[in-house]
Amino acid sequence: MTKKQRKVLIRIIITAVAMIALFFIPFGEGLIPAVIRFLLYLAVYLVIGYDILRKAFKGIMNRQVFDENFLMATATVGAFALAIYTRSGDYNEAIAVMLFYQIGELFQSYAVGKSRRNISDLMDIRPDYAMIEQDGELVSVDPDEVPVGSIITVRVGDKIPIDGRVISGNTTLNTAALTGESMPREAGPGDDVISGCINLTSPIRIETTREFGESTVSRILELVENSSSNKSRSENFISRFARVYTPLVCYLALALAILPPLVNGLVLHNGWNFSTWIYRALTFLVISCPCALVISIPLTFFAGIGGASHAGVLVKGSNYLEALSKTSYVVMDKTGTLTQGMFAVTDIHTDGISRDDFLRYAAVCEHTSTHPIAQCLCRAYEEEHPGTALPEADELSEISGHGVVARIEGHECLIGNTKLMSSHNITIPAGAAQGGTQIHMALDGVYVGYAVIDDVIKPTSSAAIAQLRKQNVKRIVMLTGDADAPAQRIAGELGITEVYSELLPEDKVSKVEELLSCKSDSEVLAFVGDGINDAPVLSRADIGIAMGALGSDAAIEAADVVLMDDDPLKISRAIAISRKCMRIVYENIWFALGVKILCLILGAVGIANMWLAIFADVGVMVIAILNAIRALRIRN
Amino acid sequence: MKKSYKIEVDCAACADKMEQAAKKTAGVKDAVVNFMALKMNVEFEDDADHKAVMQEVLKNCKKVEDDCEIYL
Repeated sequence: MTKKQRKVLIRIIITAVAMIALFFIPFGEGLIPAVIRFLLYLAVYLVIGYDILRKAFKGIMNRQVFDENFLMATATVGAFALAIYTRSGDYNEAIAVMLFYQIGELFQSYAVGKSRRNISDLMDIRPDYAMIEQDGELVSVDPDEVPVGSIITVRVGDKIPIDGRVISGNTTLNTAALTGESMPREAGPGDDVISGCINLTSPIRIETTREFGESTVSRILELVENSSSNKSRSENFISRFARVYTPLVCYLALALAILPPLVNGLVLHNGWNFSTWIYRALTFLVISCPCALVISIPLTFFAGIGGASHAGVLVKGSNYLEALSKTSYVVMDKTGTLTQGMFAVTDIHTDGISRDDFLRYAAVCEHTSTHPIAQCLCRAYEEEHPGTALPEADELSEISGHGVVARIEGHECLIGNTKLMSSHNITIPAGAAQGGTQIHMALDGVYVGYAVIDDVIKPTSSAAIAQLRKQNVKRIVMLTGDADAPAQRIAGELGITEVYSELLPEDKVSKVEELLSCKSDSEVLAFVGDGINDAPVLSRADIGIAMGALGSDAAIEAADVVLMDDDPLKISRAIAISRKCMRIVYENIWFALGVKILCLILGAVGIANMWLAIFADVGVMVIAILNAIRALRIRN
Repeated sequence: MKKSYKIEVDCAACADKMEQAAKKTAGVKDAVVNFMALKMNVEFEDDADHKAVMQEVLKNCKKVEDDCEIYL
């Protein structure tokens, strides 16, 4: 609790105690006890309300009339005056209104401060120092002062302060604060590491490749801190609404105080009955305070964005969070988004020799080659036989565009594509070729089988698509620059029916534009890409989601939502978070407005008194704030 | 030129008022107040002396919301 809040709390306690005490003091009859009583109540009123009165006065002087201070001041001063005029001596009402108003304000400032701290704890990734070596000793300096190309040391338990490349040391990094992913990541010499990761097992030395201000951690913090500056439509609606609502209710109150008595007095001849109607008008003023709405909507978005960033989903603004919740078209890039973008042996079919022999011959033939497909085969062998030395080939020649011809362990081995096979008069059995790129092998002129090399689907892709369907996403479309056959195969495996293949980057933009034109205005099209060559599409879509974008500046710039790791399940996660957030926003809007309008009606007909009005006002605010904070909690 | 300042203010509506006041100050091209992050991002006119301008911004903000603070 801050000093300011503590001061208000003390005033609240004093007022509450004094109110109870005054209730039990017998003042007796007559003018002098009545005056003493009035002065005592006035003192209590001033204790609780002096700052509101002062602010209201200042507001009027600065021509900022219709604010909540003015409302509270008018309502309570009016209630006081009415109590004197009607000689009821009921000053409690005015004091109670001030008291509860202050309790509400205190709760609000406490809750907002608390969630502010919660969110900055969630995003506690800002490194405080960098360790550099000076004259053989480690000195800690401000990360801002470390130039690019410096050598910094990161001790165990420290955060990596600046993006760079490891030059010595092998360690495990915890990236949870950045990606929301609890699985640690290995790093060794030559690996690029990003700032914000925590070094877990052993000290490493890093050559910095960026300045601190350009490093991942600074960019992310800047992004999150500025995100609530992009206001959503609901936020703008509420602030516009509040600007109209308060003056409107004030004029209604004025009308309520004047018109019914005039009608009563002049038309119906029932007597003026001013005091009843003024009392109702004052009740109106108490209800007219828009605090619950004004505070709870931005708070919900703030909490939602904070909770999302904790889950590794960076949303660049409330407006994007709002749009994300309406996603009904998801357009995805294939390579790097649904697949790993890395080729690997996905299948081996052999005929007459064992799978092991096949892989060994293949690895022997290919291990001198730098061709990506050759390297896949070698990697596959190494994964199955880690650390085993390969036998040497007796003869080996690489035929560019065809494959390799070699003599291994006395066999003549051919490995390559169909062209190589047909040039050696080897027939490939019909029905052998299925998907991906096939690498065929023949031993001593006999066909022995083939390996399929393909882009590997990410393990969670299938589940991600199923989740999206469950979330009522109407159309899921896959775009790819790849050939049609592999695209269809991957789409089939994932359950995507709409596929557009062989697209150049500019074709992707026109495809997205085509899809944009056939959806309705209330539907949102999200494009998901890995951000490497998708920047134009990311910015063209209603919502651009870049995934695995850590360190890719172009993608962070172009995207509206950044998924910190490359797990496609995060897409549905992001949508779920945004929908929860929007549900809370609407709950708060309808709840707060509903209760206020109900109380206005009850107040106008005289059923609700000022006590009920202030309870409604403060109670609605408290509930709305508690509801808003719910957006911070993200279930796994 | 853009600069970011830490601010202190009690309510969302007051933050909105500060934003309006800052925007109207001479030498300020644009200003955004972020109530949740308690930050004011100010974009200055090209030839403005940002220190002098911020003094004016603070004065104008104090006028509309007496209880606010900008840490310059």
